[in-house]
Amino acid sequence: MSELTSKHIVAVPPDDLATRRLFLGVASLAGLGYAAAIGYPVYRYLASPIEENAAASAVTEVALRDAQKLPPGSALMFKFGSQPAMLIHHRDNTWTALGAVCTHLGCTVQYVPARGVIHCNCHGGEYDPHTGQNISGPPPRPLKRYVVKLNDEAAVVSRA
Amino acid sequence: MGSAIYNWLDERLGLTEAMALAREKRVPVHGHSFWYYWGGITLFLFIAQALTGVLLLVYFRPGADAYESVRQITYQMHFGWLIRSAHSWCANLMIFAIFVHMFSVFFMKAYRRPREFGWFTGLALLALTMLFGFSGYLLPMDELSYFATKVGLQIPAGVTLIGPAIEDMIRGGAEVGEFTVQRFFALHVVVLPALFLPLLGLHLWLVQKHGNAVPPAEEAKPAAARLSIPFFPNFFAKDLAMWLIALNVLALLASLFPWGLGRPGDPLVPAPPGIHPEWYFMSSFEMLKVLGRWFPGAAGEALGMIIFNAGLVLWFLIPFYDGSNDSGRRGRIAHYFGLLVLFVLVVTTAAGYQSLK
Repeated sequence: MSELTSKHIVAVPPDDLATRRLFLGVASLAGLGYAAAIGYPVYRYLASPIEENAAASAVTEVALRDAQKLPPGSALMFKFGSQPAMLIHHRDNTWTALGAVCTHLGCTVQYVPARGVIHCNCHGGEYDPHTGQNISGPPPRPLKRYVVKLNDEAAVVSRA
Repeated sequence: MGSAIYNWLDERLGLTEAMALAREKRVPVHGHSFWYYWGGITLFLFIAQALTGVLLLVYFRPGADAYESVRQITYQMHFGWLIRSAHSWCANLMIFAIFVHMFSVFFMKAYRRPREFGWFTGLALLALTMLFGFSGYLLPMDELSYFATKVGLQIPAGVTLIGPAIEDMIRGGAEVGEFTVQRFFALHVVVLPALFLPLLGLHLWLVQKHGNAVPPAEEAKPAAARLSIPFFPNFFAKDLAMWLIALNVLALLASLFPWGLGRPGDPLVPAPPGIHPEWYFMSSFEMLKVLGRWFPGAAGEALGMIIFNAGLVLWFLIPFYDGSNDSGRRGRIAHYFGLLVLFVLVVTTAAGYQSLK
């Protein structure tokens, strides 16, 4: 019997070839089916928190309670959806809300009131705190800008 | 081009030698060949455990947060229930497959010279698998986990003199709690795999080196009358077919009978009614219970433990008693011993489930 199997491989009649092709076709289809049946649940499982984050970033407005009392010349860090952002109360009594993610490589930036700039510690990028414009260092784009509205209870930040 | 790449790789990796090794390997064909698949099935289930285990690891948080994280996996993450269910079911199937594999090896007398270390490493792998089962059972920290661990720890606690110290050490304190989960987690995902994988490698190498054993009746035939097929691709293809069946069984069990999650383990809440050991621990517990009834008292308990452990030691050492093909009477006695062990396992398991009613 063992010799038989090795001889089989040597000469294959055309009919057998057709059967083999059909078999291989069906087998690859079934294999794809299994790969999908396993791959899809695994993908959805691993992606669960990403979907949750996506839902969180769908927010269009954040009300920061009591933030209207922020003293001039200081900043408040907060989360707009899932992204870090900052609310700045300037000494000239104007307000700005900016995304706090450096446009260079994604570090969180900080407001430096003494020099009147927004600075990133990672690679020394700097932005104008009034406009978010990139003014020095490697950042390629300005920071993301939000709209600020004040009322008696909160500072309301919304998408520009 | 293709052959140039092949030659480049072959010179560096020795592909031709590896393929020659695979070509040489043959698998005997006879009336009991079916049992040859069970080692491979166990291997498949182990791989499935490793993969589903890594997926659970993505969200599981050991320590005080354990229950909450398993609750999230089960009810919040997409298909988390399915992955957890597959991991739990696969654990049970794997232990079942190991038992089938072990008894088929025993009755085919595949532990005889020169395959003794196949037997020893196999039993060590079984012991590690049961420790995997025991440690993994605690990780969800629901009420079943909590009480199963409490009860299970009575076994090391029963060791003379140093028992209570061992128990405290395993538990990480005087009570099953967050420290217990934390160390069981370390055991389950680091220590046990680190022991299991090299042992598995040795076990598989030994199968490669010695080939499949044939049952004595087959061995008695002249070499020319014995049939065999090449391992690659013939037996390998059949192996894969078995793996596919195992995958389907696992998928059906995991999706149709999702593994539940009880209430959080709480020392102040009484044990739930009908709580019992997993089926693979049922026999040992029932045996200890019966021996305790036959030999009451502390001395009786010690005697019971001695009888129980003597059985395990005999089982382990069987290759030294029945070590060669012409051991005649010893071969028969070993065979009856195997039947006795199988009988006792089945009867005590059944009795264990009966006593629940």
